[in-house]
Amino acid sequence: MAYRRDMYWLAAFFTVLMLAPLAMPNNYYLTVLIMCCLHAMNAVGLCLLVGHAGQISLGHAGFYGLAAYTSAFLSTTIGLPVGLSMLAGIGAGTVTSVLVGLPSLKLHGHYLAMATLGFGVILSILFTETIDITGGPSGFVGIPGLSVFGYELTNDASIYRVVALGLCLIVWLAFNVLHSRIGRALRALHTSEKAAQAMGVDVARYKLFVFVLSAFFSSVAGVLYAHYLTFIAPASFGFMFSVEIIVMVVLGGMISVPGSIIGAFFLTVLPEFLRAFENSEIILFGAILVLCMIFLPDGLAGGWNRLWQRLRAASAQASLRKQI
Amino acid sequence: MKHTGLIGIILGFVLTASVCMAAPIKIGAIFSVTGPASFLGEPEKNTVLLLQEQINANGGIHGQPVEVIVYDDESDVNKCVMAAKKLLDQDQVSVVIGPSISGNTLAIARFFSSAKVPLISCAAAEKIVSPVLPWIFNTPQLDRHVVIKILQDAQAKGYSRLAVLTVSDGYGQAGRAVLKERIPADGFVLVADEVYGPKDTDMTAQLTSIKAQNPDAIICWGTNPGPAVVARNRMQLGLTTPLYMSHGVASDKFIELAGEAAEGLVLPAGRLVAVDQVPADHPQKPVLDSYVQGYTGKFNTAISSFGGYAHDAFMLVAEAIRLGNSAQPADIRDNLEKITAFPGTTGVYSYTPDNHNGLDESAFIMVTISQGAWSVTN
Repeated sequence: MAYRRDMYWLAAFFTVLMLAPLAMPNNYYLTVLIMCCLHAMNAVGLCLLVGHAGQISLGHAGFYGLAAYTSAFLSTTIGLPVGLSMLAGIGAGTVTSVLVGLPSLKLHGHYLAMATLGFGVILSILFTETIDITGGPSGFVGIPGLSVFGYELTNDASIYRVVALGLCLIVWLAFNVLHSRIGRALRALHTSEKAAQAMGVDVARYKLFVFVLSAFFSSVAGVLYAHYLTFIAPASFGFMFSVEIIVMVVLGGMISVPGSIIGAFFLTVLPEFLRAFENSEIILFGAILVLCMIFLPDGLAGGWNRLWQRLRAASAQASLRKQI
Repeated sequence: MKHTGLIGIILGFVLTASVCMAAPIKIGAIFSVTGPASFLGEPEKNTVLLLQEQINANGGIHGQPVEVIVYDDESDVNKCVMAAKKLLDQDQVSVVIGPSISGNTLAIARFFSSAKVPLISCAAAEKIVSPVLPWIFNTPQLDRHVVIKILQDAQAKGYSRLAVLTVSDGYGQAGRAVLKERIPADGFVLVADEVYGPKDTDMTAQLTSIKAQNPDAIICWGTNPGPAVVARNRMQLGLTTPLYMSHGVASDKFIELAGEAAEGLVLPAGRLVAVDQVPADHPQKPVLDSYVQGYTGKFNTAISSFGGYAHDAFMLVAEAIRLGNSAQPADIRDNLEKITAFPGTTGVYSYTPDNHNGLDESAFIMVTISQGAWSVTN
């Protein structure tokens, strides 16, 4: 039942994403939407990791960046085809997450946060210091554009379709994981690790699985980002971006995949809208976040659900009154 | 009553006519007004808004008023890309000034080439203008000019063994690359190559290892506050080796931060730091005077050379529009390349199809800090 509801939601979301360009007056909005989708890919992964499995990571910007730099290096410096380098980039991010996850997921709470934070910072320093490979702090220039099966995508509309499709596939994968045995195991693990272990859940394996899955999502976003922008700089993959993804997930509603997507879209679009207010932009941005957290403690998705339930209750009451 | 229609029609004509005449020239600008690079973006934004006001008060360019649309990229690449897209696709500007930092400029350059709109960057990296991209220009002096200027000074003073100390960010590493290329090429010996982090608060370790090599002079390359710490550490260690700074600290803020330790330091700087010491017959003198008066009069803060980059970009655009009497992006681009010997605050610009920076090392003067003030040495 819940699975079918999620699939309906996904179908609706996919339709909206595909139709969105028709409503866009110009390419600027497409760029904003592409960035929204890339951020949402990261957020969905962290939603599984943080919201469902109850683990934390402050290092996902590292996987995002590692995949981006690997693909950029292979396609630009080595000269491999873009498709192949993208696969290699995704592979590099995912394999690294296994290596990082194995030791660090033995930790809990603050210690896990510290370990992943450390990993993120190490990668960020690596991007900055290995100037011969990454171009250093001023960035990696001249990355070839996105291409799919040897067909190069030159305009924003086609890049947007690929990115949106990628996001929908990721969401589909996430829903399927959540509604399977793994998803139930993750929820058990979130509530109580000891109880889950007593029920026969292989805690270490599931934790690693969800960590690697979320890193895989971030890596996909990373390679798409590198080849969309054709330029990457270490500043985009720093500690602040890791925090930003967490904020997106928390703001959207920790345990809801659609919520984390809404959070990502909201946080990417909001600063663009606030540009009109020039000097008070940052104050407004902060105020909106604070108000959201005070009045919508379950996030945007939670707030929507509560509103929906309240409306339903009100209409049920009204129809009851009519019958009397 | 029956005249109402006629009056309406006349009024309509008058209004349409005035609207036609007043169709403004749209100039976009992207600056890092907030975030780590705000020390660049803030004066740049102030400057273009000031110039917009001044030009419009004088009847615009060829009777057309100028409308400047400024966006803040928050020193962030993604925000900069979106701002660039917004200016190109939504606001449909004729030309864009900025961004403030090199990384952001390199990130958006591609969009300007495909949209065929000129971009005049206020960032200095050599990669921006070399190789030359038809639609991309910049106004700050290149690192190469700074290095040449410093090495000329070192040569005159008879130094041969040099040490470099650079910051590990985009600015420092771009400078380091040129230093490592030019120092051996100009017949000097590079005896130490040390790096410090942008947030480091103590550079004693680097200076100690430089001291061990016993160089004739040290060249430090960074932006505030790092170089001020280097100057203080040098004094604490009792080092008497002469210390060159880069143009990245050529503002009064540096003297304030370094205090007594700034005494005797030598650096190349644009003429903007010592406007009153520029001779009256110098071609840049009138521009410098009017910019300093306008800026300090309106904003009541000290002038910085970074605002000057935006000033020059804006005035070059205005000159290109005047030259061609057209505000079409392609005409602005073509006419920018025809500008020769145009005095700005940074230097005297001559753009050509092979040179989209337009300056040489004469844009710099060597200054020595003495008793908390800049004194021009040559």
